[in-house]
Amino acid sequence: MGVPETIQSARVRTVHLDNGLKILVQEIHTAPLVSVWCWYGVGSGDETPGTTGVSHWVEHMNFKGTEHIPRDEMKGIVEKFGGSWNGYTWVDQTTYLETAVKDALDTLLFIEAERMAYGLYEPEECESERTVIISELHGGDNDPDQLLDTEVTASAFHAHPYRHPTIGWLEDLQSMTRDDLFGHYRRHYVPGNATLVVVGAVDAEDVLKRAQAHFGRIPASPVPVRRRAAEPMQRGERRVLVEREGATAYLKLAWHAPSALDPDFFPMLVLDAALTGAKGLNLWSSFRGAPPQRRARLYTALVDRGLASSVAGALLATRDPFLYNVSLTAMDGVALGALEDAALEALDRVRLNGLTEEEVARAKRQLHARMVFENDSVTNVAHQLGYFETVVGPGYLDELGSKVRAVTPAEVAGVAARVLAKDRRTIGWFRPVKGRA
Amino acid sequence: MSTAVTSGLTPVRHVFPNGAAAIVQETAFSTAVTFNLGFHAGGLYEPDAVTGLAWFTGRVIDRGTSARSAEAIAEALDDRGVTIRVSTNRHVMTLSCTCLSEDFAEMLAIAADVCRNATFPPEEIEKRRAETITTIWQDQDNPGVRASEALQALLYGERHPYGRPAKGSIATVERLSRADLVAYHAARFAPSAQTIIIVGDVRAEDAFAQVERAFDDWRAPAPAERQVPPVPPRSVRDERRIEMPEKSQSDIAYGFVSVNRLDPAYCSHWVMNTIFGQFGLGGRLAENIRERQGMAYYAYSSFDPSLGPGPLVIRAGVDPANVDRAIAAIDQEVTALGREGASEQELSETRRFLIGSIPRMLETNASIATFLQTVEFFGLGLDYDRRLSSLLEAVTLDGVNSAAASVLDPARACVAVAGPRLRADEAGCHDRRAGIE
Repeated sequence: MGVPETIQSARVRTVHLDNGLKILVQEIHTAPLVSVWCWYGVGSGDETPGTTGVSHWVEHMNFKGTEHIPRDEMKGIVEKFGGSWNGYTWVDQTTYLETAVKDALDTLLFIEAERMAYGLYEPEECESERTVIISELHGGDNDPDQLLDTEVTASAFHAHPYRHPTIGWLEDLQSMTRDDLFGHYRRHYVPGNATLVVVGAVDAEDVLKRAQAHFGRIPASPVPVRRRAAEPMQRGERRVLVEREGATAYLKLAWHAPSALDPDFFPMLVLDAALTGAKGLNLWSSFRGAPPQRRARLYTALVDRGLASSVAGALLATRDPFLYNVSLTAMDGVALGALEDAALEALDRVRLNGLTEEEVARAKRQLHARMVFENDSVTNVAHQLGYFETVVGPGYLDELGSKVRAVTPAEVAGVAARVLAKDRRTIGWFRPVKGRA
Repeated sequence: MSTAVTSGLTPVRHVFPNGAAAIVQETAFSTAVTFNLGFHAGGLYEPDAVTGLAWFTGRVIDRGTSARSAEAIAEALDDRGVTIRVSTNRHVMTLSCTCLSEDFAEMLAIAADVCRNATFPPEEIEKRRAETITTIWQDQDNPGVRASEALQALLYGERHPYGRPAKGSIATVERLSRADLVAYHAARFAPSAQTIIIVGDVRAEDAFAQVERAFDDWRAPAPAERQVPPVPPRSVRDERRIEMPEKSQSDIAYGFVSVNRLDPAYCSHWVMNTIFGQFGLGGRLAENIRERQGMAYYAYSSFDPSLGPGPLVIRAGVDPANVDRAIAAIDQEVTALGREGASEQELSETRRFLIGSIPRMLETNASIATFLQTVEFFGLGLDYDRRLSSLLEAVTLDGVNSAAASVLDPARACVAVAGPRLRADEAGCHDRRAGIE
């Protein structure tokens, strides 16, 4: 159907080093660039109370210097190749990336090997980063929608660690120690828990040879077992009310969603596309366009009718069941109760009657287009390879297109009835108080 | 008339008899096409008393034409997983679309219909007006937006097209009439002031044929030009603090008026800004505020020159208790680079970074389209991507230091802060003017 499917399914070379490191290499020679990503099977869903946010803080520390890259040489090490570098942490994974001119390959592999095994974690650097991360958290708290999201997520889960925010709770960030950070780093940053992805204008054999030279010296270590509490079945609607200074009201509806490994995931993806427009499946994508949603169920029911100024749905591919979120911004002057009633009425119609064949067909076409758009660069292709390998496992990425195409209206109706159940939802309100000058 | 050049990019430009200029760049990464339709219809051209007219025109323009209802447009876009994104800056309104290659002809035809025959239906105006007012309230609740808008007003004056908020105010948006929108569209949308950029999986001759079909019979009078009003030189420092008591973090926007895009010293200013607030995590600014003092998650500067002298803006988000310390740190870095200049090492590292980043800057269809639109708007030449390296190579330390000395002076800075904490003597929201030593 599209070039990215060809790119995804062909020419990916998979190799394991003796120490357990998995390497995926894909040659794409359309631009003189290489993108290197190193993925670790650890995220905020692997954290325990008291040290929430440790995965994200460790990610920050891994830009601070290593045994063979002094702190003051970090700045500029990628930039001298015209490159950019970054990292992110989420519920199931932590990842680091560099995209630069292809001549940078050896340096980028060297950086990632250093990051895996030789981080310094100087005590004063840990302390300095504590306040940076708290600043990051406070910046997020300035956004009412994000504040509400944190509260809704925490209410929707009772036991599963997906309940806490990836950045962590403030109290844990204030009390965690350097030993907490370094212990987490040493446990999880081992070759057998990592996947190295290299995509771009490279020779695969050359990549493997250089990867062996840089990573082969790192000894194998036990891979931590991922133990997560199972979330008990929700037995009644939960509600959250956040009242704070502000100017606009927000509504958030959340249901327990199928994990990426659940057969219901793809019908749910189609359902979300029909409700709020297709977003695709790339968390990192440079393609950030708004979803095509003007004929979507919730757009026509709420935005077109003047009840909401925006609607967004979010279904993400996760290892364990996460949440399906519908986020709404109340139109100025519209009461949250009226917006909630209209939203639930529209969703109930879908829960009880499913979608039309035409809606399902449109949603599938949208998803196909978005999966082409979101694979528009070596950086994005590399992200998708690493993401699905880490979160779900081998082979999944190749099947995305065919699994979306195979979804039937009956399957969508079934998942709507199961997922959008009344007693399995959490409803959050952000009600502004005294915020208008 | 067609022109082709040999370079990293191989764009082909054609000017149609009605004056419309089209540039096509073929790429082969994916089966998608991005096109941008740009018009001289940005905020500069709206009457001074009708602030927000350009932005609001962009919100309604794609909601109905003489041939297609809003529903018909929505249906056609949603069926193909496509959106038309309308963005409005100070000079240009751009309609952007990314679609599958197979949908290119139809999507271009719809976008052309929107540009030529928008009807601005009254019911759509009222829906979009309510959305826009809600969005302005959201902006009013966002410390980052409040600080940035306050800074622009300080730098240029509240009535200058660069100083007023693009969306206007709730009062001006409430006053906008359909006649205002129709008149603005008629005055500003014409082929002679149009730039068409097409990038992706389409042959240039086919793309030009589609452009001809969509636009060739369009005739409309050339829009009147308007010069950017002069910006008086500044001799004192201005500060404004906006109280937002329940926010968690304060946003600082600190800046200067810099040069225009066609200034001969543009590249020197670009390099200077990169050293100051971009290189690595955020140049000298981030090194001081984030890395050494751990005060902020983000601290950087940006540089946005246009036909008029654009701003150089420093942004940082900090704990309310650290606002004064952060401003002092910015003052320190402004003084250091402005008075003492950069080092040879900083110049060579930064030049190497910027030259090396050119392929990355042109990694996606969308980024190439943006680059070519800039090239066309400022008349930089189709070979600009090839010349850019030598232009950057020619930047000297004297040039960078002159650029720094001409812009960076804390005694002439404008500073806006939005957030919770005010000093005891600064209750309320007010302007404070002060010269500093």
